[in-house]
Amino acid sequence: MSEKVLMKGNEALGEAALRAGCRHFFGYPITPQTELSAYLSKKMPKVGGTFLQAESEIAAINMVLGAAGSGVRAMTSSSSPGISLKSEGVSYIAGSDVPALIINVQRGGPGLGSIQPSQSDYWQATKALGHGDFQLFVLAPSTVQEMADFVALAFETAEKYRMPAMILSDGMLGQMMEPVVFPNETEIHEGDKSWAACGHKNARKHNVVNSLYIEAKDLEKTVVERYERYEKVKANEQRSESYLTEDADIVIVAFGASSRVSRSAVNAARAKGIKAGLFRPITLWPYPETELEKIVPTAKKFLVVEMNMGQMIEDVKLVVGGRKPVEFFGRTGGIIPTPGEILEAIEKM
Amino acid sequence: MAVVFEKPHALADVPFHYCPGCTHGIVHRLVAEAIDELGVEGNAVGIASVGCSVFAYNYFNCDMIQSPHGRAQAVATGVKRAHPENVVFTYQGDGDLAAIGTCETVHAATRGENITVIFINNAIYGMTGGQMAPTSLPGQITQTTPYGRDVKTAGYPIRMCEMLSTLDGVALAQRVTVDSVKHVNEAKKAIKKAFENQINGLGYSIVEVVSTCPTNWGLAPADAIKWLQDNMLPYYPLGVYKDVTAQQGGEQ
Amino acid sequence: MAKITINESLCKGCEMCVNACPKHLLELAKDRINAKGYHPSQITDQSQCIGCKSCAIMCPDVCITVEK
Repeated sequence: MSEKVLMKGNEALGEAALRAGCRHFFGYPITPQTELSAYLSKKMPKVGGTFLQAESEIAAINMVLGAAGSGVRAMTSSSSPGISLKSEGVSYIAGSDVPALIINVQRGGPGLGSIQPSQSDYWQATKALGHGDFQLFVLAPSTVQEMADFVALAFETAEKYRMPAMILSDGMLGQMMEPVVFPNETEIHEGDKSWAACGHKNARKHNVVNSLYIEAKDLEKTVVERYERYEKVKANEQRSESYLTEDADIVIVAFGASSRVSRSAVNAARAKGIKAGLFRPITLWPYPETELEKIVPTAKKFLVVEMNMGQMIEDVKLVVGGRKPVEFFGRTGGIIPTPGEILEAIEKM
Repeated sequence: MAVVFEKPHALADVPFHYCPGCTHGIVHRLVAEAIDELGVEGNAVGIASVGCSVFAYNYFNCDMIQSPHGRAQAVATGVKRAHPENVVFTYQGDGDLAAIGTCETVHAATRGENITVIFINNAIYGMTGGQMAPTSLPGQITQTTPYGRDVKTAGYPIRMCEMLSTLDGVALAQRVTVDSVKHVNEAKKAIKKAFENQINGLGYSIVEVVSTCPTNWGLAPADAIKWLQDNMLPYYPLGVYKDVTAQQGGEQ
Repeated sequence: MAKITINESLCKGCEMCVNACPKHLLELAKDRINAKGYHPSQITDQSQCIGCKSCAIMCPDVCITVEK
């Protein structure tokens, strides 16, 4: 039993959040994620939830820290410049071991950039969304269906490992409409919240949600323990999709919106007799290195396609380790590459 | 003989890290007494800010969240919206509340966020070693105003209670001090009222406590009290700037 | 009849209590220091204490208990 509807990606994120039991959304208007806020502002009051338009991105992420720190499923969404503003709060959320969901519907950068789709926040999401040693669990959907499916997965993974999660989308996926199937009843698997600061009810010692350790050795111990958890995330949570890679000479590596175009390019190349394939990382952190590694011995060349100046290519090169050539094709500034451009790049290899 | 004064239950039995004569300790006690008297320790969630009171999470026995600099009231908003039954308070200094956190402060206030805000105004950044605060007085010598705060270049001090009292969402904006037994007792009443307002769902309550910083003022504790009386109180007059319970005919 | 007890280990010798006592019964114990390195506050004549709590109210380190 399920329900099939035609929806914008941003709205699918909102509907999926409600179905995942999220009742607390804090945001600030920014294009191109607007439909998500608008959707939740309509729906949240009807389910007794909180939709709060904060005074800034900074306030919104700190409201998430408060709500999630008190044990509820809480989320915020923004687009690239707004995510930069949230980076302070994200660092505190990670440093306080609080699970929360941050959605980035990427647009062109740096600065105010453009409002068109982009993937130029890959480094920010996977390497450095804020100061300090920490990681986010980062999911990169490529369809509206995945936008919907990844919300509950992001919450569950965040709670399981007590870390922030991000859905790294973009303006194309956010704005486009596709059919999306929602199961009639979503089972909610909420993680342990015994650490939350929601009042001890005179029944336990006080809980403290905190990222400050005045003794360096205490901070080191905490960070090392956190990284032991990250190792488990790396071992258990890598996700990817391989398309026609088994016999491929040329393997395109692309995620999100650029993977959709790349798939068309692969089909066009196959029609021309070129053995092309596509490897699509779904988790950007942890990077799906195990599955990518399996392709390295058989592929002759890799072509990394991104909507930026070349960011994920570094992770691909780390896995390939110099054994095969890794080339790059990208468009940036808010431009989506065409299948023809990518096919041309394949043919040049 | 009966015990007529002792450490309140909501105050943890650990030594404070504050400097000798620092009035943070008095205000901590008043907050803890209010929590005790209202019987809300089990429901209370405190938000510690950044500054000398950053370790407040160690000093209160209720649940605590440590917030980024200036963001305590946004964090408090998140907790309160998620758990309206919780009694949520922030404890912030002048740099935290009136400089880096001005935006969060003003908007929590104008939303009428049903929280209690304890604001320590001692006209200086204590934790970082005595830099100019948004509330440093004209002419005041600090580490970053070594020739005295020149209002031509460093601007004027900010009077938060007066400013916030213009906002419709504010239930209580009151300035108190802790320089004497009489004033401490008045501060206690104001703080308790700020918690009662929240329990009664009246909205945003802020109590500004004009405080000392003997170390960074370079004064002995008794001299710091005198400096507060001579310099701070004329610029920051004590009083009730807004009180909706009084407007509704309640007790003052 | 009143009695105050000072938790000397918490005292930082700030003299806020000394200045607050209306009967001038408190002083710093110059003959000893506590583990923090301060001369702790002490009461000179317990029998004169009126139990007004002024010392405890002004003590920033909450080290004074008052019985009456």
